[in-house]
Amino acid sequence: MIERPETAVPSIAQRNLEGYVGFANLPNQVYRKSVKRGFEFTLMVVGESGLGKSTLINSLFLTDLYSKDYPGPSQRIKKTVQVEQSKVLIKEGGVQLTLTIVDTPGFGDAVDNSNCWQPVINYIDSKFEDFLNAESRVNRRSMPDNRVHCCLYFIAPSGHGLKPLDIEFMKRLHDKVNVIPLIAKADTLTPEECQLFKKQIMKEIQEHKIKIYEFPDTEDDEDNKLIRKIKEKMPLAVVGSNVVVEVNGKKVRGRQYPWGVAEEGIFVENGEHCDFTVLRNMLIRTHMQDLKDVTNNVHYENYRSKKLAAVTCNGVDTSKAKGQLTKSPLAQMEEERREHVMKMKKMEAEMEQVFEMKVKEKKQKLKDSEAELERRHEQMKRNLEAQYKELEEKRRVFEDEKANWEAQQRILEQQKLDASKTMEKNKKKGKIF
Amino acid sequence: MEDEGEGVRAVPLAGHVGFDSMPDQLVNKSVNRGFCFNILCVGETGLGKSTLMDTLFNTKFEGEPTQHNQPGVTLKSNTYELQESNVRLKLTVVNTVGFGDQINKEDSYKSIVEFIDAQFEAYLQEELKIKRTLHSYHDTRIHACLYFIAPTGHSLKSLDLVTMKKLDSKVNIIPIVAKSDAIAKSELAKFKIKITSELVSNGVQIYQFPTDDESVAEINSTMNSHLPFAVVGSTEEVKIGNKMVKARQYPWGTVQVENENHCDFVKLREMLIRVNMEDLREQTHTRHYELYRRCKLEEMGFKDTDPDSKPFSLQETYEAKRNEFMGELQKKEEEMRQMFVQRVKEKEAELKEAEKELHEKFDRLKKLHQDEKKKLEDKKKSLDDEVNTFKQKKTAAELLQNQAQQAGGSTTLKRDKERKN
Repeated sequence: MIERPETAVPSIAQRNLEGYVGFANLPNQVYRKSVKRGFEFTLMVVGESGLGKSTLINSLFLTDLYSKDYPGPSQRIKKTVQVEQSKVLIKEGGVQLTLTIVDTPGFGDAVDNSNCWQPVINYIDSKFEDFLNAESRVNRRSMPDNRVHCCLYFIAPSGHGLKPLDIEFMKRLHDKVNVIPLIAKADTLTPEECQLFKKQIMKEIQEHKIKIYEFPDTEDDEDNKLIRKIKEKMPLAVVGSNVVVEVNGKKVRGRQYPWGVAEEGIFVENGEHCDFTVLRNMLIRTHMQDLKDVTNNVHYENYRSKKLAAVTCNGVDTSKAKGQLTKSPLAQMEEERREHVMKMKKMEAEMEQVFEMKVKEKKQKLKDSEAELERRHEQMKRNLEAQYKELEEKRRVFEDEKANWEAQQRILEQQKLDASKTMEKNKKKGKIF
Repeated sequence: MEDEGEGVRAVPLAGHVGFDSMPDQLVNKSVNRGFCFNILCVGETGLGKSTLMDTLFNTKFEGEPTQHNQPGVTLKSNTYELQESNVRLKLTVVNTVGFGDQINKEDSYKSIVEFIDAQFEAYLQEELKIKRTLHSYHDTRIHACLYFIAPTGHSLKSLDLVTMKKLDSKVNIIPIVAKSDAIAKSELAKFKIKITSELVSNGVQIYQFPTDDESVAEINSTMNSHLPFAVVGSTEEVKIGNKMVKARQYPWGTVQVENENHCDFVKLREMLIRVNMEDLREQTHTRHYELYRRCKLEEMGFKDTDPDSKPFSLQETYEAKRNEFMGELQKKEEEMRQMFVQRVKEKEAELKEAEKELHEKFDRLKKLHQDEKKKLEDKKKSLDDEVNTFKQKKTAAELLQNQAQQAGGSTTLKRDKERKN
């Protein structure tokens, strides 16, 4: 069943009023403003051709929405499923209602009906998209609400159960729009058959976990009793009629058969003829606003959060992204930015560290290299010095030797000289005998 | 978006359909949900703001009278649950504490503007969330600002003008003359006229009671001409005739709060609460909040159309923003990397330079060393040469000597031979 959002219970100071203040007039102010603004409602009808959809719409709103001038879709032959909308303005008791009826001619009429729900889904989504875009604009003007508020799904009165198409359609749409299933052309079923049919349908709906529109409980017990009664009648079985016939002196809308008139408008305690009045009361007189609220607060929000999550969490696994859904996409980006800044800081620190280390390494290498070269140079120098010393020593020795020899030579020379002098002397003295 | 105005045809109804209950359905929902209203009271300390609130709502709200020694303006907010018949109202009263008490009042309005903006921001954040709960959100946006004017009887203070000018595009301002029992009737009319003309000449937009709805147009437009309301507040009761009425008792008479001849309290209550409370809320949401939102989004770079005037869809906008954002982050990363690459290059060049210098130094030393070695070699060689030369000389000399000795010997022999003969 569709979840209803809870309202927060505040823990705030209570105060008692000691006299009439006047804000009890607020509801009147709201009333006044809403009448001035006017109302909008979009109703979608889905079902195979010939189930009396157009007739029912005209009956519901007591107007000739589809008339000679504006023929309804049933007059036209469709090959594929179309989605068509008609907009009318109706006034009653000072209240203006812009009513949009969305029809789906061709639905379920083909031989192969696979995906015949797709155009319907596309239509609903496109209205959500329009609203989302309008809501997200920077310059927002008044946003007309063209979203589909209610979908009446017509079930053919086979008397047996739901067709696969019925189940498929409702399953695909129950998350997008308020689905109210109706048994069409109920005048072909006897009351007992109708009861059985209803039970069967509800059983199947529950089995397939289809979430049809649920009437909210109110605070008023009387109302709740009525609501419970209505719930027991679901799905509502209807007969639509554009014709007014006379029954027992009274003019009623009904369908005239040879065996009698199936009346549309009488609401009898035990629901004799059909649930049409129940439908009208529920749809228009009591729950129209709730249908709009559920569309806005539940179906639209579903659509929106899915759409936005897709944009922000591109490719991220949705289960991980759950925590991120509580933020707006912008806050999300802000957080990502902060994370990135931290990551960058860390990366910078790491790179800085690596850089410093490498520099230190290189510097050390250079130092080592310098030391090595120094050392070698020193060695060579010392080597050279040693050689020098050796040379010096050698020279000294040589010099000494040379000096000695020269001294010797001089002595010899002197001797020789002396000897030759003596010989000369002797030669002069006489001949040697 | 389709234009509804022209293309919608009106069709007559053949009977009573029942959608005229729509306003009632809507009202029932609102009543069930409860209403909320937020009032901001701006005015100097001692002008009777708290008392007026108590009088307006017939109850006693929190608050001790504050002293005049506050260092700055702070805003104190209290929320109350009130009920009248079946209508529940969550009322928040925000008071400016310390307004007008400082010597330098230039920044007095700032905390007020910040507070109002903060409430808008909170709502905007909620509205932008992916999973949001707007229908149960406790709206804290200020719906009405009662601006308390001191009853000097002359004109508005410049603080008043400056503050109201800063607030008029953010909140519905309802100016009131506080403690108006301090002004004589004749002066009051002149005072009101002076105030109104000063507001107009300074371009201050105060809240106008709406005149577009026929049912209330007349009373609203009459009341508009009575602005600013001259009010008196009192929670004390005095017996007048056989009734207890709220009043202030002076030696010269009693000022009855709810007597329209004495002051405009009733008018204020009528306008603020009984007739236009919903309009105040609506104006706040559709005008002031939208303005804030528009400015904020534009600040963040959101546009409705691209330069070619094609409208953006929300998805495109967000995706574009996201891409821009990611691109920015990547650019930052790239820049940092580049910076490092640069540094590494520079440092490498530096170190290479150092290495080169080192090698050059050692090459020089090596060359010096080579030179020295050569010199040494030369010296060695010259020594060796000398040694060789000397050896040769020595050998030659010894040879000569030997020869000379031999010759000398032979000469002696010859002599000896001659002698013999």
